[in-house]
Amino acid sequence: MKSFNYVITDEVGIHARPAGILVKEAKKYQSKVVIVNKDGKSAEAKKLMALMGLGVKCGDPVEVQITGDDEETACEELKAFFENNL
Amino acid sequence: MLKFSGKSVYKGIAMGKVVVLKKNDSPVVRGRITDADVEMERVNTALEQAKEQLGKLYDKAVKEVGEENAAIFEVHQMLLEDEDYLESIENTIRTEMVNAEFAVATAGDNFAEIFAGMEDEYMQARAADIKDISNRLVNNLCGNEEIDFGSIEPSVIVADDLTPSETVQMDKEKILAFVTVHGSTNSHTAILARTMNIPALIGVSLDLETIHNGTVAVVDGFEEEVIFDPTEEVSVEVNARIEEEKEKLRLLQNMKGQETVTKGGRKINLYANIGSVSDVGYVLENDAGGIGLFRSEFLYLGRDDFPTEEEQFQAYKQVLQTMAEKKVIIRTLDIGADKQADYFNLGKEDNPALGYRAIRICLKQHDIFKTQLRALLRASVYGNLAIMYPMITSVKEVEQIYEIVKEVEQELKDKEIPYTMPEQGIMIETPAAAMISDDLAQIVDFFSIGTNDLTQYTLAIDRQNAKLDDFYNPHHKAILRMIQMVTENAHKYGKWAGICGELGADLDLTEEFVRMGLDELSVSPSMVLKVRKRIRELD
Repeated sequence: MKSFNYVITDEVGIHARPAGILVKEAKKYQSKVVIVNKDGKSAEAKKLMALMGLGVKCGDPVEVQITGDDEETACEELKAFFENNL
Repeated sequence: MLKFSGKSVYKGIAMGKVVVLKKNDSPVVRGRITDADVEMERVNTALEQAKEQLGKLYDKAVKEVGEENAAIFEVHQMLLEDEDYLESIENTIRTEMVNAEFAVATAGDNFAEIFAGMEDEYMQARAADIKDISNRLVNNLCGNEEIDFGSIEPSVIVADDLTPSETVQMDKEKILAFVTVHGSTNSHTAILARTMNIPALIGVSLDLETIHNGTVAVVDGFEEEVIFDPTEEVSVEVNARIEEEKEKLRLLQNMKGQETVTKGGRKINLYANIGSVSDVGYVLENDAGGIGLFRSEFLYLGRDDFPTEEEQFQAYKQVLQTMAEKKVIIRTLDIGADKQADYFNLGKEDNPALGYRAIRICLKQHDIFKTQLRALLRASVYGNLAIMYPMITSVKEVEQIYEIVKEVEQELKDKEIPYTMPEQGIMIETPAAAMISDDLAQIVDFFSIGTNDLTQYTLAIDRQNAKLDDFYNPHHKAILRMIQMVTENAHKYGKWAGICGELGADLDLTEEFVRMGLDELSVSPSMVLKVRKRIRELD
C-alpha cells in the first residue's frame, strides 16, 4: 500500500463537483483508492456518494491510501491531481 | 369540455396542447415480483435512459450557462453509476422480491437521509441531488415522460407551481400559456408571463392527475378561465378572438418608433424590466427606451455555486452592448425571501420577507457584493449603466454601500483594470425609505419605486400568500401618497424618480403618475407599447 497526506485547499472541499472529478480520476487506476477524513472515517474514492458522505471541507487533512498493482503510478499521479484540483 | 376559473396575470388568449409538469411526489407503491432478473433489466433500461437524458441536459446547459454550471448534470450522471447505490437497489430487489420503483425509491431515500443528517448545510442540500436522480429513475420506470422542450410543439404548461429555477430551464419559444394550481399574482410565473406576453392563469383549483398531456386547452386571460377539450364551436370562437388579439397587437406596433410624450409635450422615460440576458430581445422588440430594472438575481438562481466576476461581467457587458448607449439600470443582488439559491445557505427564517435578504446580505457578506460591483464597474465601460440598490431603509446603509464601492474602485485602479463609475440610485420599496426620501435624495442619483414590495410592506400583506390576494389593493391611497412624496423629494434635490414595480404598467394610474411628475416608468416589455399609447393620449 502507498499513501500520502494532503490538506484540501479547494474552497468547497470534496463536495459534488470536486468529488465527481476525483471519482473520475480514481477510476483510471486498477488500485483501490481509499480516502480517510480527519475523523478517521474512510470511503472508497471510486464511490461518489460515500466520498461525498465524508463531508471533507476546505482546510481538512485527508489521507489517501492506494493498494493494488498500479499503486506506484497511481499514488504519484493522484498526488499531482490533488495538488492541482483539490 | 371542462372549465376552471383562476386569476389572470396577463390578459391574453391562447389555445394549444397541454403539457403537464408533474412534480413526482406521488408515493411509490411497493409491489411483489416473481422474477428479479426481469426487474433488474428494467432498472438497467431506466439507468441508460437517465444517463442519456442527463447527457442531453448537460449539453444544453453547457451551451446556455457554461461548462462550470452544467457540471451538476455530470455529477448526477456519476451518482447514477455509484456502486453502493446500485448495489443497494439490486439487493432490495433480489432479497425482498419487490418492484424496481420501490427499490429505487428506497435506495434514494436511504442515501438522501445520510446527507440530510450531515452537519454541513451544503451537504444537506445534496440530499436533493440524490432524490432528484432517484425520481428520474422512478419516472423512467413508470414511463412518466420528462418534457423535452426540444421536441414538443408550442404548448400550454400546466403545473402545480413553478419555481424560478424551473422556469429558467424552459425553452420560452415553446410556451403558449401557463396554468398553475398555486402561485400568486406576484409570483415568478406571473412575472415571466408578463415579460413574455403570454396568458397565464394562477390559483386554478384543478387536479393535475385528471389532466393529460396532449389535451387541447384554451387559456383565456380576459375571462379568467381555462377550458379543456373545447367543443368545435368554442374552438372556432377562440380562434377568431386570437386573430383579433393579434390584430390589436399589430396595431400597437404603430407605437414603435414613436416618442413617449403627452399631448402637452411632457416626456416620460419608458423603460422595460427584465430578468435575464435573453429578455433583452423582448426589450428591443417592444421598443423600450432602456432597461429600468434588470434583476441580476437570474445570474445566481438555478445553479449550485456563485457566479464568478467574469461570468457576471460578460453578462452585463452583453446587455449594455446590445442596448447600445440606451440606459440600463441593473439592480444588485436581490436574493432571499421568495428567491432562494441553496448555496447561499440562508437557512429558514420565520419572516423571510422581513429577513436576511438583498442589500442586507451584501452588507454582511462583502465578498459576494464586491464581486458583483467589480463586474458592474468593469462592464460600465461598454454602455450607459446605472446601478440600483434594493431594500434600502436608511442613509447609513447607502453610506456603507459607498464605502464598499470606493474600495472596489481603488482595487480596480490599483490593478489598472478599466472601469467607469455608473450612476447610483436606490429602490424605494420600504416605507422607511419613502419616509426619509428627502434625506436619501441628497445622496443618491435617482429613485426607483418598487411598488410590489412597497405595497407588501405598507399594507402588511405577504405577496406570496395567495389567500391575501383579495386584500392586496395596489391602488391604496397610502401607496399613492408615498409615490407622490418620493417624487417631490427627488425633484427637490434635482434627482429623478421612477416606478419599476408592476404598478407602473397599470393603465388606470398612468394619468395620475404623469400628473405626480414621475420621470420614468419601467414596465414589463409586453406593456411598453400599451403604456406609450396611453401616455400619448394624455393632455
